[in-house]
Amino acid sequence: MQPAQVQPSAAPADGLVIRNIGKTYGPVTVLSGLDLEVRPGEVLALLGENGAGKSTASSIIAGLVQPTTGTMSWRGQPYAPASPADALAQGIGLIHQEMRLLPELSIAENVFVGRLPTRGGRIDRETMNRRAAEQLHRLGLDVAPTTLVRDLKVAAQQQVEIAKALTLNARLLIFDEPTAALGGEETDRLFEQIAALKAEGVSFVYISHRLDEIARIADRVAVLRDGRLVATHATAQVPVKQLVEDMVGRSLDRMFPRLAHRHGAPLLKVQNLTSALGLFEDVSFEVAAGEVFGIAGIVGAGRTELVRAIAGADPVSSGTVEVGGAPVRLRSPADALAAGIVLVPEDRKHQGVTLDHTIADNIALGNYPRISRTGWIRPSAVENFARGAIARFGVKGSPAQKVSELSGGNQQKVVIAKCISREPKIVILDEPTRGIDVGARAAIYDVISGLAERGMAVIVVSSDLDEVLGLSHRVMVLARGRQRGILDHETAGRVSVMELATT
Amino acid sequence: MLATSDAPIEKARPRRFAFPAGATGPLIGLIALCIFLSLTTDTFLTVRNLLNVMDQVTVIGVMAIGMTLVILIGGIDLSVGSVLALSAMTMGFLANRMGLPFPIAIAMAISVSAMCGAISGLVITKLAVPAFIATLAMMSVARGVAAIITDGEQIVGFPLWFSDLAIIRHFGFLTVTVGVMIVIAAVAWVVLRFRPAGRALYAIGGSPEVARLSGINVQAGTIWVYTIAGALAGLAGVILSARLDSAQPSSGLGYELDTIAAVVIGGASLSGGVGSIGGTVVGVLIIGFLRNGLNLLHVSPFVQQVIIGVVIALAVAADKFRGRGR
Repeated sequence: MQPAQVQPSAAPADGLVIRNIGKTYGPVTVLSGLDLEVRPGEVLALLGENGAGKSTASSIIAGLVQPTTGTMSWRGQPYAPASPADALAQGIGLIHQEMRLLPELSIAENVFVGRLPTRGGRIDRETMNRRAAEQLHRLGLDVAPTTLVRDLKVAAQQQVEIAKALTLNARLLIFDEPTAALGGEETDRLFEQIAALKAEGVSFVYISHRLDEIARIADRVAVLRDGRLVATHATAQVPVKQLVEDMVGRSLDRMFPRLAHRHGAPLLKVQNLTSALGLFEDVSFEVAAGEVFGIAGIVGAGRTELVRAIAGADPVSSGTVEVGGAPVRLRSPADALAAGIVLVPEDRKHQGVTLDHTIADNIALGNYPRISRTGWIRPSAVENFARGAIARFGVKGSPAQKVSELSGGNQQKVVIAKCISREPKIVILDEPTRGIDVGARAAIYDVISGLAERGMAVIVVSSDLDEVLGLSHRVMVLARGRQRGILDHETAGRVSVMELATT
Repeated sequence: MLATSDAPIEKARPRRFAFPAGATGPLIGLIALCIFLSLTTDTFLTVRNLLNVMDQVTVIGVMAIGMTLVILIGGIDLSVGSVLALSAMTMGFLANRMGLPFPIAIAMAISVSAMCGAISGLVITKLAVPAFIATLAMMSVARGVAAIITDGEQIVGFPLWFSDLAIIRHFGFLTVTVGVMIVIAAVAWVVLRFRPAGRALYAIGGSPEVARLSGINVQAGTIWVYTIAGALAGLAGVILSARLDSAQPSSGLGYELDTIAAVVIGGASLSGGVGSIGGTVVGVLIIGFLRNGLNLLHVSPFVQQVIIGVVIALAVAADKFRGRGR
């Protein structure tokens, strides 16, 4: 599909005009022939899968990366920022997806870092704190501006990052996944702020994986795929299905694999399990062989804590866990692994893979007994083992490649390959598709249902309701560390789950 | 050796298998250094001189093997120089003053050193004290105890056979001490490369939480590594005593920094998870040849220090530069 032609708009020169921008690294083209404009006072949503070129495009606009080809103009003048500071001086700022805050400094110092207000050569703390507090209040975060950032929760930290961006007095702001850690209320406040700034003529480039947000906040939508602009929509009122198909480049008949109707005997039995850290209490459930058991709940309900405890990673004070009728001692992850319970953890980069190591070494970790019976690990045996797992789980990469070079979806497949190669009886997946783009999700869903079909008991924890509902035979809902009910696939719906989760 | 940045996901450049050791750059540096010294001096490239260098690097070499394990798991051990002195004093005291048989004195000295390492490891894992602080404390304690043993006096006069361990060249080239170093390096190399326990150290250094969730006993591994590093520092103290035919409470002062430098020049990352015995051997040899060569070139010891400092910075910078964009 050809990129949509530029409409001769009334005053395109007022905004940002991008012409034929491309970027190559050596032989690799990550962005090519991008034509795009951002008009004054509009929110342009930029969509695409991971690796589609969104980050490169926004980095070029914000001066982090210099383009290989093409030109830009900004407010009628040629624009070629040499650095982020240069871009900012001309009124263009970028908010990173990954937070870049200084944990040991106060909120206000973080908001104004590099441009602290001064009076008579000294830092004017009063003004700084007052202005930071005002901005935070507008975002719905009512904490003292002198609070240290390290004492804030992730959502609040993200709000500080946003506050920082909003006080830059920029005329164009690029938001990369600003709501990833925000709840509904905080997101609403952010959108109010964006609307207010829009009215003042500030433009936004808005990158998000949450497609439902796009219709609410964006004026226009541009979709990238494989480094090219594949579609622009003059309005944000585009069906989600259409957007997904633009991003993936194929039609999505079904996201979720069909549920196999195969329930074996109960394999995992959890009884009256209570956290030693007070994070959940008195949770009981069973999961059968071949069953996918979903756990839903809002953030902070104790889902991750519960499954971490079952996997031996966090301590329990009372209750039992049985696998195939035999009680499991849960003093360490090693105990749980020995009993056949594996956890695919929530935080891929810190708990799932070692980024500096190769795919083969990551997959081999914990699988050495299966690679060699003698206890002597030959590198060629590791490579062959990894090659098998790579093929089995459809990882796009070679054994000797570093995991840090992979996309989020492929990193997740490496974690799954590592965990499943143990041939466990029970597989727990915590947020299996967080930060993974839509196309790669379907592949991971297929892997998950495949595990159940092979007779494993599978537990899926997810904040994405559609995901839990689409994948699971039964769904347990947690709220404030307590079990609120277990729903069957037929009766579980968005409404029934949310009712339990929020009451 | 410039790597292309942002390689595509699907196309991996062919790369040496197993954990990237990052030792190629240091190896090139070592070869260049040897060529330079061969051309500028008459004496560098003689069998006798090269054997001398081997003898000179044994103490740092043995400690650097232990330090490689420590740095590999993302730790640091500042106490090895002091533990070396404690070991030497323990051995000298037990043998010369208490009259214990010499082999037993050696075994005791190495055991005490291993215990120092074990204590550091316990403080780091059980009390959650950062490795830098825990081993800084051990550095002070061990140095103090080393001096207390004889109230600061040195111990001289060991049996002839003991000094001969570092002097007599068997088969015409190999002293016992150099032989011990080579065996230890070989064992460490094999374990790190081919044994699950060795591979586990890379995982711990890469991410302790990933390692723990993968069923590795991270605390036990950490304690073991510091214990081994302590024992090897103790062995280095025995070797140094043999070379000097004496033991002094002040020996090994600053050796921890030379040791860390050798490991880092060899391509290990102080953030853990990256490094190899091969790299460390190259790092030790670079420092050894550099010192030796500068002596042959009659460069003053003061200038030598400056040059070695610059080499450390350049070696690590070059490695980072190669790794950029990966």
